[in-house]
Amino acid sequence: MKVNAGGVAESAAEVRDGSLAWGSMAAQALEAHGTWERGAVPLNAFIAVDANADRQRGPRDGPLAGIPVAVKDNLATADFPTTCGSRILEKFRSPYEATAVRRLRGAGAVIVGKTNMDEFGMGSSTENSAFGPTRNPWRAERVPGGSSGGSAAAVAAGIVPVAVGSDTGGSVRQPASFCGVVGIKPTYGRVSRYGLVAFASSLDQVGALGRNVRDTATLLEVLSGHDPRDATSANRPVPPLAPACERGVRGLVVGVPREYFPAGLDPVVRRLAEHALGALEGAGAELREVSLPHTRYAIPAYYIIAPAEASSNLARYDGVRFGHRCREADTTERLYELSRSEGFGTEVKRRILLGTYALSAGYYDAYYGRAQEARAAVAGDFERTFGDGVDVLFTPTAPTPAFKLGERVHDPYQMYLSDVFTVTANLAGVPAMSVPIGLAEGLPVGGQLMAAHWREDTLLTAAAALEAELGTVGSPPVPSGAEAA
Amino acid sequence: MKDSPLEAVIGLEVHVQLDTGRKLFCADSTAFGAPSNTAVCPVCLGLPGALPVLDPGAVDLALRAALALDCTIHPVSVFARKNYFYPDLPKGYQISQFERPLATRGAVELDGGRRVRIRRVHMEEDAGKSLHDRFASATAVDLNRTGTPLIEVVSEPDLRSPREARSYLQLLKRLMEYLEISDCNMEEGSLRVDANVSLRKRGSERLEASTEVKNLNSFSAVEKALGVEIRRQTRIRAEGRAVTRQTLLWDAAGGDVRVMRDKEDSQDYRYFPDPDLPPLVLSAARVASLRAGLGELPRAKRERFRRQYELPAYDADVLTSSRGLADYYEAVVACGGQPKTVSNWVMGPVLETVKRGIADLSSPGLAPGRLAELLVLVDKGTLSATAAKTVLAGMARTGDPPGAIVQREGLRQVREDQVLDRWVTDAVAAHPEAVARYRAGETRLFGFLMGQVMRASGRKADPRRVSQLLRAALDADAD
Repeated sequence: MKVNAGGVAESAAEVRDGSLAWGSMAAQALEAHGTWERGAVPLNAFIAVDANADRQRGPRDGPLAGIPVAVKDNLATADFPTTCGSRILEKFRSPYEATAVRRLRGAGAVIVGKTNMDEFGMGSSTENSAFGPTRNPWRAERVPGGSSGGSAAAVAAGIVPVAVGSDTGGSVRQPASFCGVVGIKPTYGRVSRYGLVAFASSLDQVGALGRNVRDTATLLEVLSGHDPRDATSANRPVPPLAPACERGVRGLVVGVPREYFPAGLDPVVRRLAEHALGALEGAGAELREVSLPHTRYAIPAYYIIAPAEASSNLARYDGVRFGHRCREADTTERLYELSRSEGFGTEVKRRILLGTYALSAGYYDAYYGRAQEARAAVAGDFERTFGDGVDVLFTPTAPTPAFKLGERVHDPYQMYLSDVFTVTANLAGVPAMSVPIGLAEGLPVGGQLMAAHWREDTLLTAAAALEAELGTVGSPPVPSGAEAA
Repeated sequence: MKDSPLEAVIGLEVHVQLDTGRKLFCADSTAFGAPSNTAVCPVCLGLPGALPVLDPGAVDLALRAALALDCTIHPVSVFARKNYFYPDLPKGYQISQFERPLATRGAVELDGGRRVRIRRVHMEEDAGKSLHDRFASATAVDLNRTGTPLIEVVSEPDLRSPREARSYLQLLKRLMEYLEISDCNMEEGSLRVDANVSLRKRGSERLEASTEVKNLNSFSAVEKALGVEIRRQTRIRAEGRAVTRQTLLWDAAGGDVRVMRDKEDSQDYRYFPDPDLPPLVLSAARVASLRAGLGELPRAKRERFRRQYELPAYDADVLTSSRGLADYYEAVVACGGQPKTVSNWVMGPVLETVKRGIADLSSPGLAPGRLAELLVLVDKGTLSATAAKTVLAGMARTGDPPGAIVQREGLRQVREDQVLDRWVTDAVAAHPEAVARYRAGETRLFGFLMGQVMRASGRKADPRRVSQLLRAALDADAD
């Protein structure tokens, strides 16, 4: 399949010079999507697909000319519903488009569909979707990770070469790790959040997923840049990212934080991570053991701050102006109560309650206040480490490979722990990415790279080197018996 | 209250709409009276994914207000979310400033010299409007107002009477209008007032339970409602009961307050810093330039007008009610107008002309030089006051200079004795009966004869000289 052949930049160049027809890659994406949906266990990577995506029009001269892209369903689009994986927004259609989506269209991308996700981004397995879970393309009984599980699965399944996700505590990197693809969460402020439906505003960041490091870099460059509609978007130049992928790691100082290699770490994950470190060293990088001592406060701080912000961000879903409205309510109070009870899923309700509690008078200082202190301490760890000459940190992305569907869904704490290595970058606002570093019994495992603010280029340099040294993990087999259907 | 052992302790919370013409966090218009739900966009509708971006113009106006109120400006202030559910609050929270407001610790001085301390000035967005009377069995919501830029000016409880509260409010309104921060139109909601009221033993510093009175939408409502509430609390204390913390609503029609809710079960707003908005950082240079731009404040200007132009307090008050008017007045005087004459004419015929919409202070016909020219003619006696008014109307209408109008319409005042004498002689001759009765002691007939002379002159005669000549004629012939 052409879609799976050359890189995104090369394919776009072929569309620009006319050697590749505009809609041909989108048509292949639709075909691949159909194949996966007709498999024994449908992939369910998409909440909505444009069956006529190959006929979408767009500028031919952009860096993503004719490239089919999947977009997470929490980015506002005018031509698809924007559900956030929630019943409460099931029929919601945004009258405006997210800045990230407009940038995609401006670059010539063809948006083939909106991908499945944990409701409002709350989850690590895409099981918390009102529209059914997404499957891991590598093995159907496994989760694809989350919350951007649909985007990661769509890339891993070869439906699209690149996809847009969002990352609040690891929601791009952890599914990238579980699905064997590349995923990057840029520096907070690098990509506009305008039109990204808020989960936790101080942590949310739009991210890019791709089959390989270069494709991911190409997408990230399109998404990045200042947006006057987002007061937290940084007004600073975006350096060209392609050259960073070619730079090589000779002389690069790679920090290995001991807190990310705990005693209980899955032995296969540890072995693959150590192998990846060896590869970096072999390529000329200098390894240095470092300590980020406040890492253990990250999960507790994150699970106060994110729910607190969410409890406020999700107040607007009240049944008054848009979204699900309970028709039986006879008073305003009942309207709120019933619309929200019916519209939100269990995990969302749990976090709204947690966050509401954490912000309550009398508890604010003990919870929210303390969590902000912990956040500052975590950020201080990174600042000190990068200030001491470390260029990039390497850690496992997640403590385990993809777990089974249903395995953690009733144990929120276990579920939360799958973000233990990823939430720190969100708390500190630094860029981080996940690259495949091998297979553990047929399931992909990712390694995480983290760099100082605005140094996405350093991440890409290290990621490209790892990719070159380790090779790719390949693609999962297309479902058998479905191709003929 | 004067002889009572109790005294009133009043603090006002005043919301002032900033006159930026646009909303605080998006570019929608804030013009009054647009059809419901038309001045809205994804941001103020609180649509999923939309984000607020602060309007720097609103910050400038808020800063001007805070500086004029002599506040300490904080180099860093923080927007917070005030969380509560209400149908006219689209996001489920209001963006306001809470722990770290724009400015604190200011003060103003009332006319009697009493100082009222300002606790804080902070910025916030307005909510929408719930319309309970639009449909029979449903509440309608109009979100045009949502996001309108406001400042809240919170005074310390330094006011001791309803009258004092009213003067404080008047002073505040005057300042906001003068500095063009707000049009302060109370009917359109550009100025809204809530009052906190308690009573305490005179001289005591103890804080007693206070009530909050809302819905005070005119100056007289403020004064009346506070009077009613003070009497109510006095009665309660006289009966030996305790005043409970409550929010009360002023019912202007019934002339009474009624309980809206008990403060004890007040809501927990779960304030926290809004993560969508970085802290508002103000450079010293920006604050300094706004401070310099304030110029002379109304109070200082009024004092100077009284001193420099020897004007009565009333005149100085009116002339300094807006910067435009004050500047105009000074320009006319600078062009040679006699200060008190200019004051009379500016406050009277000129403002009348402006109010009728015939011209405004920047119209060429009312240019300060032209008005000064006209008023010099009046002071010299070349024009009668009546004629001058006609000339002014002509100037406003046509934009012509006063001299040309006087010439064209022949309005020059006649002061030459030989001409005046003829009119006086004619009048005396024409009304022998009136003359006889006057001479017999009916002196009030002087006015009648005066009128005859003026009419004969076509109102061009100099009345002062006519009066002298007429009196001389009547008295002389009496011998």
